[in-house]
Amino acid sequence: MGRLSGFRVTLTQVFKPKITEDFPKEKRPKPLRFHGRHVLNRYEDGMEKCIGCELCAGVCPARCIYVRGADNPPDAPVSPGERYGFVYEINYLRCIHCDLCVEACPTEAITETNLFEYSFHTRREAIYTREELLVGDDGRAKRQPWELWLGGEDDETSAWMRATSPSGNAEYEGRVAWSGELGFGVRPPERGQLDELPALPAGDDGPGS
Amino acid sequence: MAVFAGGDPLFDHGIDLTVVVMLIVKTFVVFGLLLVSVLLYIWFMRKVIADMQNRIGPDKAGPFGILQTLADGVKLFFKERTTPIAADRPVYLLAPFVSALAAFLAFAIVPFGGAVRIGSHATFLQLADPPVGILWLLAMSGLGVYGVMLAGWSSGSKYPLLGSVRASAQVLSYEAAVGLSVVGVLVLTNTLSTRGIVGQQAWHSWDSFVSQWLWLPAIGAFIIFLIAATAETNHPPFDFSEAEEELAGGYHIEYSGIRFAIFYLAEFMNVITMSAIAVTLFLGGPSGPWLTLVAHHGWVNVWIVPVFWFLLKLWAVLYGTVWIRASLPRLRYDLLMNLGWKVLIEAAFLWAMVTGVIVVARDRGWNVYLTAFAAGAAALLVYGFLMACVPRAGELEEIR
Repeated sequence: MGRLSGFRVTLTQVFKPKITEDFPKEKRPKPLRFHGRHVLNRYEDGMEKCIGCELCAGVCPARCIYVRGADNPPDAPVSPGERYGFVYEINYLRCIHCDLCVEACPTEAITETNLFEYSFHTRREAIYTREELLVGDDGRAKRQPWELWLGGEDDETSAWMRATSPSGNAEYEGRVAWSGELGFGVRPPERGQLDELPALPAGDDGPGS
Repeated sequence: MAVFAGGDPLFDHGIDLTVVVMLIVKTFVVFGLLLVSVLLYIWFMRKVIADMQNRIGPDKAGPFGILQTLADGVKLFFKERTTPIAADRPVYLLAPFVSALAAFLAFAIVPFGGAVRIGSHATFLQLADPPVGILWLLAMSGLGVYGVMLAGWSSGSKYPLLGSVRASAQVLSYEAAVGLSVVGVLVLTNTLSTRGIVGQQAWHSWDSFVSQWLWLPAIGAFIIFLIAATAETNHPPFDFSEAEEELAGGYHIEYSGIRFAIFYLAEFMNVITMSAIAVTLFLGGPSGPWLTLVAHHGWVNVWIVPVFWFLLKLWAVLYGTVWIRASLPRLRYDLLMNLGWKVLIEAAFLWAMVTGVIVVARDRGWNVYLTAFAAGAAALLVYGFLMACVPRAGELEEIR
């Protein structure tokens, strides 16, 4: 058949299953550590984790984060520390989802959901404010009207953070070195590459001990 | 009028108001049929190609996305229509309509049903049955080149000009092959009238499929016609006029909105017309088995069954065009010209000659098989001689 064999190829495809996803109605499952839209986490008692240190803004290669810290009001503190981020903005027209902010954050305040299906109509909508980024009282991301949530995108918001080595030390890989999250508690390490934890050096009980 | 009235019994008793009204109604019906066919064909094409690529295809507008083409058309209708500053405005505005008009007029000679009676008037289910018949098709597809040529020239831009030069060169080249392959049929049928050609392929029994229909007696002409018609309608794998990678769209690149849509309409009308002509010439047109459950000359067998057979064959051929579109990559331009001038035209010409010899042998009572063998051998010899004479690619360079 030679030159005409292409006709057989195309005809046999007719009887094979379709691979098209019905996208707006259903989403293909994404990896747990997928870098999506950010959230600002809170402790289990409802306090904000962000301390307004601006390390995320400093490390951001796209310069899309704008943070201003302020002293906590003594009578109604926002975060357990001395200061809190009273301005926190991320410009999603610039963000490249590299997750360097998540790595830089000393208090695991900023992590990412799996959501990338958001399409804003204005530049104002593209700049997420602190109120929009903060998780709600149930520990879930606040859903904006221009975002397409089908459920499950914010189940594992800190998975990528929990998969990296605390303090950047490979020997600490898989050790719990993070605080609890509102609505979720202290979560186990996210491991998918190593089944067994490496042995710690003698006399070391892990980070933070 | 006599020339164009042809054998249609509508004109047997002179032309009065009823005849004129019936003609106008027929015109609208045929035009509507063609437009609806284009709408359905584009949807059908997208669905079938999607099937062949494991996709779903359009499925949002209407049931199974069947209204997708209509939605696209409405969108294009309301889009901005720009005119380049350098364009030759009257010609630029006229060109799309020349294309569409020629495409529609070519369809007028296609018989899509049998002879019917409306009141006291008998008529054929086809817009016109001129004695010049098939020549009308060749004339109209030749006229369609003007639309392409004028569009490219009047746009005042380089890509359209190149695209239109390519397209017209291609269409004119393959018109010769189409014409000569049609000759292979005309020698057998001895008439130009499409109604006459279809009448000779009438259905008598299941044997008619091979004995009456002309696809087997004129198998060579059939194959040549299919290839040449594919090229003449600028259909993939011969769609050089709009080679996106080279010409960024070809002759209609400067057109937008509804004017662009009309070019596409004309292109798909041409595909449907050529498929309908292939059905008419080779596949018996509206002829097919009668429905034996009802009376032979009842309205079902007169009105419905022939139209059903015609549409079934038409869509079978159209499925073939879509299949080709999904399977074959675009040729190189010189290969296209090689195929047209060095293979198809000679083959069609020799096929017509051999068919003529066989017809003469049959009429004179000679031994048909011996004559056919001798004529075929002579044709192969001539073809081999021609091929030996034609320089191959690169040979001219050496001579120079």
